[in-house]
Amino acid sequence: MSDKVKVTIDGITVEVAPGTTILNAARQIGGDIVPPAMCYYSKLEGSGGKCRTCIVKVSKGSEKDPRPMPKLVASCRTTVMDGMEVMNITSPEVIEARSGVVEMLLINHPLDCPVCDQAGECDLQNLGYEHGLQKTRYEFERRTFERIDIGDKIQLHMNRCILCYRCVFTADQITNKRVHGILNRGDHSEISTYIQTAVDNDFSGNVIDVCPVGALTDKTFRFKNRVWFTKPIDAHRDCPTCSGKVTLWYKGADVLRVTARKDVYGEVEEFICNTCRFDKKKTADWTIEHPTHIPDTSVIASNHYETLIPLPVIQEDERLKEANRVELEKTTKF
Amino acid sequence: MSRKLLLEHINVPGIHTLDVYRQKGGYRAVEKALKTLTPDEVVEEVKKSGLRGRGGAGFPTGMKWSFLAKPEGVARYLVCNADESEPGTFKDRYLMTHIPHALIEGMIVSSFALGAKTSFIYVRGEMMPQIRILEKAIAEAKNAGFLGKNILGTGYDLELYVQPGGGAYICGEETALLESLEGKRGNPRIKPPFPAIAGLYGCPTVVNNVESIAAVVPIINDGGDEYAKVGIGRSTGTKLISASGNLVRPGVYEIELGLPVEEFIYSDEWCGGIANGKRLKATVAGGSSVPVLPANLSIKLANGEPRLMSYESLSEGGFATGTMMGSGGFIAFDEDQCMVRNTWNFSRFYHHESCGQCSPCREGTGWMEKVLHRIEYGHGKMSDIDLLVDVAKKIEGNTICPLGDAAAWPVASAIRHFRDEFEWHVNNPQLSLDTNYGLANYAEPIAKAVSTEN
Repeated sequence: MSDKVKVTIDGITVEVAPGTTILNAARQIGGDIVPPAMCYYSKLEGSGGKCRTCIVKVSKGSEKDPRPMPKLVASCRTTVMDGMEVMNITSPEVIEARSGVVEMLLINHPLDCPVCDQAGECDLQNLGYEHGLQKTRYEFERRTFERIDIGDKIQLHMNRCILCYRCVFTADQITNKRVHGILNRGDHSEISTYIQTAVDNDFSGNVIDVCPVGALTDKTFRFKNRVWFTKPIDAHRDCPTCSGKVTLWYKGADVLRVTARKDVYGEVEEFICNTCRFDKKKTADWTIEHPTHIPDTSVIASNHYETLIPLPVIQEDERLKEANRVELEKTTKF
Repeated sequence: MSRKLLLEHINVPGIHTLDVYRQKGGYRAVEKALKTLTPDEVVEEVKKSGLRGRGGAGFPTGMKWSFLAKPEGVARYLVCNADESEPGTFKDRYLMTHIPHALIEGMIVSSFALGAKTSFIYVRGEMMPQIRILEKAIAEAKNAGFLGKNILGTGYDLELYVQPGGGAYICGEETALLESLEGKRGNPRIKPPFPAIAGLYGCPTVVNNVESIAAVVPIINDGGDEYAKVGIGRSTGTKLISASGNLVRPGVYEIELGLPVEEFIYSDEWCGGIANGKRLKATVAGGSSVPVLPANLSIKLANGEPRLMSYESLSEGGFATGTMMGSGGFIAFDEDQCMVRNTWNFSRFYHHESCGQCSPCREGTGWMEKVLHRIEYGHGKMSDIDLLVDVAKKIEGNTICPLGDAAAWPVASAIRHFRDEFEWHVNNPQLSLDTNYGLANYAEPIAKAVSTEN
């Protein structure tokens, strides 16, 4: 008992190990009360605290010191105390502040989702859908940058970047030589490499997977297809450099792209190497396991073959049934 | 004549040299502390003095020192924050230029109290002359045996280094300063852990303002109790005020805390009134990041009592009718100054200095700056004013470091107190380009307690 601490998030109590952050405690509960995280990445040390979308209200500090925290705190970097009470979606203050943060993130975002490869699996898109305003209040020119090719496989589109620093941490911690980082200050900050130095090592492709938006994209997949038309399949191969566990994204019989497997929070399970990601694009290279589980909330699940739920019938109508006979037979067949 | 503790000998010729400084009683505090006191006794004296941090936040220095973690076998550091770059504040530069030894003496005593064997003075990169002055003074002190190995034969070793920064305002935030000192990009760290637990190179560190450290010298010389007698209430001691703006005699003044604001502005001993016989419109009491106040509220509290230069009195009334002591950058505006332009100017500064790490500050400061620019140059809309209030509210409190708050407060307070001037700018775009709104009713004495907002 003594090695666990109790924390209550939105009225739901959970016991977690001491030193757990509020965000991870919420993830243990799961569901709607998990704060969104744009910059925090559990696999990357030191990440988090920057985007401020995960802010929550601590209405009771701990059992010993029940005072509430004076400001909203970043749940990804605040550790739980015994008896802490946290309000996330039950606090209007948090919802308002979060929508403010989302608005700030979007004012300089190009909103070019129709031509963005990330659309459909973009954290910012989901966040904007949940918390964004219908209309922008920002009436100025958005800041723009030139597109940069980082190596021959990755393209950096800085306009879309929200400066979460995830790719910088990835390059720092997964690869042995980081050549890119943040240049400049304030809203002129940009992720860049000095004099276009190519990011060139075995694991550089992972920056694409960790990017929450479409700032870092796979040039081998660029403009090939929309993600919701592709079918994800888990597969593996015997790879000498990485675990070789990947998700293949099929369109018809072609593998359009290869990514690492992602969990429910969009975080990769195991980082993969560039050979797996960019060079092995034939079914013959892989041992197919099973279709990837995609949550129903994701747009990618919309044409998925795993769950095919017939439209709910509100009122039995013989004429309508007759007209849709072919479709109905299909559903019963599965 | 009020008491001077820091700037007592400022006008003595050659006070920047060790010899003259010694003749005027310099380095007495080092001798007293190192030879007769234990480190804990020094901390105790500072606690008794009630000295509050002079860099802006006003956190009690003694308490900050006592929070320092002291694990065995781990080095501790003292870092002096001389990255003074707040618009309207120039007291530290003045102190370092004229009596560098006061800072060095304070550093030695403070380092001794904290058990630091290596201490740093992080000076803003633009202050190259001050860096040279300090380095020269450190060399003198080292020759005289006040620094280096076995100081004054007491067995205490201390190395003192001056580190120039890159000249970024954000590096005045203590964790950004430590990052910069470590040679990294000056981004504020996410707290906790606080520097007292894990600061410079992961070791326990105390970061103090130049003036706080210099104030340790009179505290040790005269004793903490004696120091606490100066000042008023919980605002003890003296404070350097950098007075600027439309004053007859702007400059750095050492005041006893508790001096009425009215006396500070109008008395001949201090600023000598508003220049050119004009009238006061507004003041910024503690550097650009604190809320701006109209003349009537600057001089008197909402209940009609005189406002004093002290931490408590300046913040009396919260943000509705009060402001903050801040770093002591006192800026006075006369009737011909345009509040919209001034707010835009401050906003432009924060836009430029935002580090870009967390979203609300990175995007919001630029947004506010653009909207204010639009209003100032005659393209504003009435909805812009409420937009600014809303953006300021969304930045405030949601950022990693206090820079977001510092950017939001001047804008929010300017609109709170000078909304009619903003509206006039929107309604008279052409006229506002070459005429100023003027004084309006800001210098009228308050008839009765004003209603508070919120």
